[in-house]
Amino acid sequence: MFVRFLEIIGASVLELLYFIGDVMLLFIGAVKQMPVKIRLRHVIHQMSHLGVDTLPIVSLTMMFTGMVMTLQVANEFIKMGAESTVGGIIAIAIGRELGPVLVGVVAAGRVGSAMTAEISTMKVTEQIDALRVMGTNPLGYLVVPRMLACMIMVPLLTVYGDVIGVVGGWGVAKYYAGISSYVYVNSIPEYAVLNDLTGGLVKAVVFGVVIAVLGCYYGMKAPEGAEGVGKATTRSVVSAIVVIFMLNVLLSMVLY
Amino acid sequence: MIKIENVSMSFGDKKVLDNINLEIKDGETLAIIGGSGSGKSTLLRLMIGLDHPTGGKIWLRDKDIAHMPEKELDELRLHMGMVFQYSALFDSMTVGDNVAFGLREHTDYGEEKIAEIVKEKLEVVGLPGTEDMMPGELSGGMKKRVSLARAIAFGPEIIFYDEPSSGLDPIMTDKIDELIISTQKRLGVTSVVVTHDMDSAIHIADRIAMIYEGKLIAVDTVDNFRRIEDSRVRAFLRGLYIGKEA
Repeated sequence: MFVRFLEIIGASVLELLYFIGDVMLLFIGAVKQMPVKIRLRHVIHQMSHLGVDTLPIVSLTMMFTGMVMTLQVANEFIKMGAESTVGGIIAIAIGRELGPVLVGVVAAGRVGSAMTAEISTMKVTEQIDALRVMGTNPLGYLVVPRMLACMIMVPLLTVYGDVIGVVGGWGVAKYYAGISSYVYVNSIPEYAVLNDLTGGLVKAVVFGVVIAVLGCYYGMKAPEGAEGVGKATTRSVVSAIVVIFMLNVLLSMVLY
Repeated sequence: MIKIENVSMSFGDKKVLDNINLEIKDGETLAIIGGSGSGKSTLLRLMIGLDHPTGGKIWLRDKDIAHMPEKELDELRLHMGMVFQYSALFDSMTVGDNVAFGLREHTDYGEEKIAEIVKEKLEVVGLPGTEDMMPGELSGGMKKRVSLARAIAFGPEIIFYDEPSSGLDPIMTDKIDELIISTQKRLGVTSVVVTHDMDSAIHIADRIAMIYEGKLIAVDTVDNFRRIEDSRVRAFLRGLYIGKEA
């Protein structure tokens, strides 16, 4: 019984190590392809896709998150006479953690899944083989533009999301908790520093890489058939979200 | 010349190809026939380096491609073209962009020259003026022809065809067969055609090779091939289930 238990644990660990190794190989392969050729047109195309697909949902997510954060914080802080810190606290929380993580999660769900679905369909219909037959490296053609687009767009969306979140917080602070705009806005530069924003942006770049690499990895490894494409898409999103949360802890330790 | 020496291929415990030896001469058309799952498409994938054999060597332009790194293979593949079973056209691109793909990726040609080549290749396959159409708007036969136009756009020395007539009606099958013959004559290319369509194989090939359960059991000129007495070959020629024939 105990031996069987150890076998299961061992097999799971091995599977995890194979997965990490495979993903790292894909990432390194894509990085090696960057100096060979960067298809700027494809990068811009992917960036516009990413922006158009995620902007509305990033706006809604960050707006409501900023609002609910302020709702929870403002009343308690007013009781303690610390209403002059609310804006700063919201800005720090959003800039450091909520902005990059929530934008990352939204992008994983919206864009990572689309990447997996698109690439796995290309695999099933032999389009990836066709690329190879025509002497074009699929990592350079498919992964690099998506990775660069995510590395640029996720931080940009994070900055946008940060602003929307803070504005959402201001709305609740002013019209629900009765904190004046002057107090809310003034407390932001008083408590938040530039590192709160830049640290969040570093996280966003890393999350962008995670979303693109996992999205492409699951697409390229998708099993045959419609069911395979569906499963690969789900796994891609779930893995990206889990990895984003795990790396967020690690990055928070290093950056702050 | 393509030379296949003692090539074997396994997927896990399943042996798909067993000690295959075959030579394909420059400028000839060789049809590789065999039933479904016999290993003929796997052999084709090995010849173009999409998979690597578990044993043996594959010589192409005097280089062993069996375990060649992908980067070197990419350079070698510029001399080859392939028509896929389901065409494998890039569905997000127009027909013109599909045909122009290799030229845009690997040459410095201007758009004007590329458009000229695309137009010419589409005319060769009998699809003039389809540059702006999307693959989704094409029939199966048209897709195959666009796939051939894409394969010949870069001026290959060898063209591989994977089941070129599968899923097509007899008239379209004949049209594709004629295109394979005319392409070979016009460009002087070496053609390797994997098919399970015996009539097509007889029509287009100089020689026919037959794979049965992963083994190469016969290879000869078309006329000689028809006279082979092996029961498995005879069964395939007559379209009979092997158990009945034997």
